[in-house]
Amino acid sequence: MITCRRTLVIALSGCSLAFGVVYAATVVAQPEERPDAALNMLVHEPPTMEDLEHSDLHPELKKVIRYGHDLFTNTQQLRGENVFNDMNCSSCHLGEGRVPFSAPVWAAAITLPDFRGKNQHVNSLEERIAGCFAYSMNGVPPEYGSDEMLALSAYHQWLATGAPVYPDKPIYGRGFPAPDEPAEAPSYARGQAAYQENCSICHQEDGSGHYENGEYVFPAPWGDGSNNWGAGIARVGTMAGFIYQNMPLGQPRSLSSQDAWDIAYFISSQERPQDPRFTGDVAETAERFHGRSLYGQTRESDGHVLGDHDNYGEKGDLKPWNVGMPRFENLSDEQQ
Amino acid sequence: MVNKHYITRLSLLLGIGLMAGGALAQQGDPARGQAAAATCTACHQADGSGMNVPNGESWPRLAGLSADYIAKQLHDFQAGRRQNATMVTFANMLDDQQIADVAAYYSQLPVTPAQAGEEFDAALLARGQQLAERGDWNAYIVSCQSCHGPGGTGVGSTFPGIASQHAGYLSAQLTAWKNEKRSNDPQNLMGAIAKRMSDNDIQAVSVWYATQADSQAQETAQ
Repeated sequence: MITCRRTLVIALSGCSLAFGVVYAATVVAQPEERPDAALNMLVHEPPTMEDLEHSDLHPELKKVIRYGHDLFTNTQQLRGENVFNDMNCSSCHLGEGRVPFSAPVWAAAITLPDFRGKNQHVNSLEERIAGCFAYSMNGVPPEYGSDEMLALSAYHQWLATGAPVYPDKPIYGRGFPAPDEPAEAPSYARGQAAYQENCSICHQEDGSGHYENGEYVFPAPWGDGSNNWGAGIARVGTMAGFIYQNMPLGQPRSLSSQDAWDIAYFISSQERPQDPRFTGDVAETAERFHGRSLYGQTRESDGHVLGDHDNYGEKGDLKPWNVGMPRFENLSDEQQ
Repeated sequence: MVNKHYITRLSLLLGIGLMAGGALAQQGDPARGQAAAATCTACHQADGSGMNVPNGESWPRLAGLSADYIAKQLHDFQAGRRQNATMVTFANMLDDQQIADVAAYYSQLPVTPAQAGEEFDAALLARGQQLAERGDWNAYIVSCQSCHGPGGTGVGSTFPGIASQHAGYLSAQLTAWKNEKRSNDPQNLMGAIAKRMSDNDIQAVSVWYATQADSQAQETAQ
């Protein structure tokens, strides 16, 4: 029986157009029918905003969760204060942060606090969210404990309703899993052609995204309106995963692995605001922080060294206060 | 000699126009368009408001739609990329310049109110609002506004305004996409979503958008 289920999962997963079916089959199906038992993964179906209205949570908490949802899906309301590019949280975390393979954010609420390689210490949920503001939003985070931070944390934690804290199984659909390694090494020229064919109708040929009558519609994959060089999605594999699992919108896994990697390589070869961890030296910054992005590398098409500029985007000289903030410096290692 | 120069220049201009705006960059003249649109008014009405026809074929509002979007649809009817027995006849009466003119004419008319029909309740409307603004990701239905823009007022020339469009027309088109009778959208962006929508979902969004005023048009009018 278990073997049968496993086969079903593999068959479904291999079917490129049936992502919606996979999602429905794995997450919405009754527990005893879920193929995750065979896969031994944690599958969690987060509640919807309709569920919130019907829940028994305190009315004041509902208000705060609604505010968190509103901040998550319209983060532009913090433009000029905490956000200095054209992004919303939901620009990358599709489906209000609920959707598998689109870095669903409830996973953070059940796995943090935890050690994080990016800043080499144990991070809380608030600190993790602050990181998104500093890099992905090219901004300055709301203060820890502020109304905005509490509302966003509450929204994350509520999405995790019912999921076990510190799960002992891997989480189904976590992050932006990269597609299989392509047959050919990613190519700038192929990526450019595939981007113009598949992406530019929404994200524009110059990557500036699209605002209609001053309102956000399609996010900018590069340039000043996009995330800065320090964001997780500046890594080629993360971008390839985002594209493969989610784009074009509504057609997940419709592009080939080769196309996803080529497009990711092309997008990752474009400029964006400077990394707030910039030491003043591109090579040193690349060495310290950029093992998996193209930062500091020379773009083959024109010889430009990526990240070799002092353009911090719209935030100018503002420094995100959380970047480089030390933690737990005096804890001893004796109990290890 | 002069003529030859003129032709060279004209073709250069046309070439630049085509490069700038795709194949639909022909400049339209609203005044000429008004005259050419005489043949359209029987269904689409003099003010471009169209008509909701319950249990029949509804005629879409054209007033205030993007000129390039209208022109593309007319070219698609001519070329068979979009099927409609009535429209193919009328589209074939227009040459390329007339298509540009008619499109320019309708695009500059003020958006008119839409009709939603009689049969809908608050629950259907609420489902419509949910799909319009947030989608239903459990069924991998992305929100309508993620492409059609905030308020469904349209984005560029690719994603038409759907707020204040007749419910009968919207539901007929979504059903056509769902059943693969319509497929002239770029990259199957609409088709992929429509296939995941139930008949109730289609009714819900159609009624929702038919009851929404085009906020952009209202602001402009004020």
